Amino acid sequence: MAPRRDLPLDRDGSGRFLPWLIALMVYLACLALAGAIMLNDASARWQSGLTGSMTVQIPAPDTASLSEQPTVVAAILDVLKNTPGIRSALALSHDKVIDLIEPWLGQGNVASDLPIPVLIDIQLEENAAFDTVALAIQLEQVAPGTRLDDHEIWISRMLRLSQTVGAIAMSIVILIGIAAAATVVFVTRTGLAVHHGVIEVLHIIGARDIYIARQFQARALSLALRGGLLGLILAVLTLVLLTGIAGKLDGRLLPTLTISPWLWGSLAALPLAAVLIATLTARITVIRALSRLP
Amino acid sequence: MLRFQNVGLRYGLGPEVLRDVNLHLAPGSFHFLTGPSGAGKSSLLKLMYLGLHPSRGNISMFNQDVATIDRAELPGLRRRVGVVFQNFRLLDHLSTLDNVALPLRIAGAKEGTVREHVAELLSWVGLGNHLDVHPPTLSDGEKQRVAIARAVIGRPSLLLADEPTGSVDLEQGLRILHLFEQLNKIGTTVVIATHDRGLIRRFSHPVLKLERGKLKIRRRHAQPGHPQNNPGGTPEAAPDSSEPSAANETEDSHGPAS
Repeated sequence: MAPRRDLPLDRDGSGRFLPWLIALMVYLACLALAGAIMLNDASARWQSGLTGSMTVQIPAPDTASLSEQPTVVAAILDVLKNTPGIRSALALSHDKVIDLIEPWLGQGNVASDLPIPVLIDIQLEENAAFDTVALAIQLEQVAPGTRLDDHEIWISRMLRLSQTVGAIAMSIVILIGIAAAATVVFVTRTGLAVHHGVIEVLHIIGARDIYIARQFQARALSLALRGGLLGLILAVLTLVLLTGIAGKLDGRLLPTLTISPWLWGSLAALPLAAVLIATLTARITVIRALSRLP
Repeated sequence: MLRFQNVGLRYGLGPEVLRDVNLHLAPGSFHFLTGPSGAGKSSLLKLMYLGLHPSRGNISMFNQDVATIDRAELPGLRRRVGVVFQNFRLLDHLSTLDNVALPLRIAGAKEGTVREHVAELLSWVGLGNHLDVHPPTLSDGEKQRVAIARAVIGRPSLLLADEPTGSVDLEQGLRILHLFEQLNKIGTTVVIATHDRGLIRRFSHPVLKLERGKLKIRRRHAQPGHPQNNPGGTPEAAPDSSEPSAANETEDSHGPAS
């Protein structure tokens, strides 16, 4: 049943700015949440790309031993291929390694005489129990200076960064929710003060507290829905713009920013959360205020 | 119906505006409430319509102790009380029809019957052509009739009116009083606060007189040719009254309930 509109709530100015404030809050919350989710997605992609793989780095030979390098690489590959748990070991071509360096040095800036190490990409078998320390020692014996990188440090740092950013984003969203609730409390209290006379008449002729509270709830819902949708639309436009700009940049240094269905769903939930917060806050504020009447 | 026992009322830390009020309104009784300005008439009415908590003493309404009743049940009690406020307290943003319909809608009456009953009552008080008019465009007399219609539309068990004839001429005032008497005849308990001694003299109903916060109850006996005398709810009479009146009177200071 639609609530009655005995209170002229739409005629006072107390709620005039509420949709704009809610729009701003939902906009900021959307951006914070989107940032956290996109970083989390990128981190997960990096992690899944690196899990189950390792890299062997054979230092660039000096000029005197340049001719021995193919032999060294072959010996290393032989060790790797005979190690249980390794599915494949593939030495990256010189061009591919230069391709990996170019984002840092700039395209065409890699000097031909720059000592380039040989990189070997190792793919592990699934669930392989693997002693990386023993393998590293074995490789060091075959070719001194060879390093085995299992990406663990890098992955753990990325995860920590991703989790920290996620926690900060969630804190921001929660703070925005609290600010929205405080704003609704202020607007509702102003409405209660402005319409005190009408509320008293309704109270005296037998209106239950909830009868009056529903009218404030209905207005809070309407204002928060308008503001929430506006904030969501602005946030989506901003994100589309950002992902568009990011897509035009050289993507090798940047995480790929994509708006996943999960992100769309999370963003769509924010205006609904704003509506829920506004409605419940208005209801609780009115009920608490009216409980002080005789 | 309504019982006050040693009721006192003070606002904040101020002096008591009502002191040791003992009162029992029997069902179907009709009383005038009078007294000089500032005597506490409006405060007493507020206590009667549960618009205030007493500072001390007990109030019971419809056989329920107001102090101990569950707060959720108070709206149910209030719906059995019709109130005509001194300054009408109509909702200016609502039409005449919607103002009068408020008690029915709050009580959850079906919308179809609400409009029908309200239109009928407004026609009866001479405002049948003003259903969609808003209060600011009405005269004081018309506002008063709307306020009365709002108070009686829910067929209250107790009707409280604060100066209900204050804004109308004598003829209209008498008409309103006769409306209240008709409601009283069908069982509504009526209390009318008024300064108008002339109006009180025309009726033989008992008078509750407030002086400096103390309540005296004056019982009156109808003379031939006067409207009905309804002694219900008057306390035991005590002789002594010097108040000139068309009716014979006896007076009792906040005596025990009958």
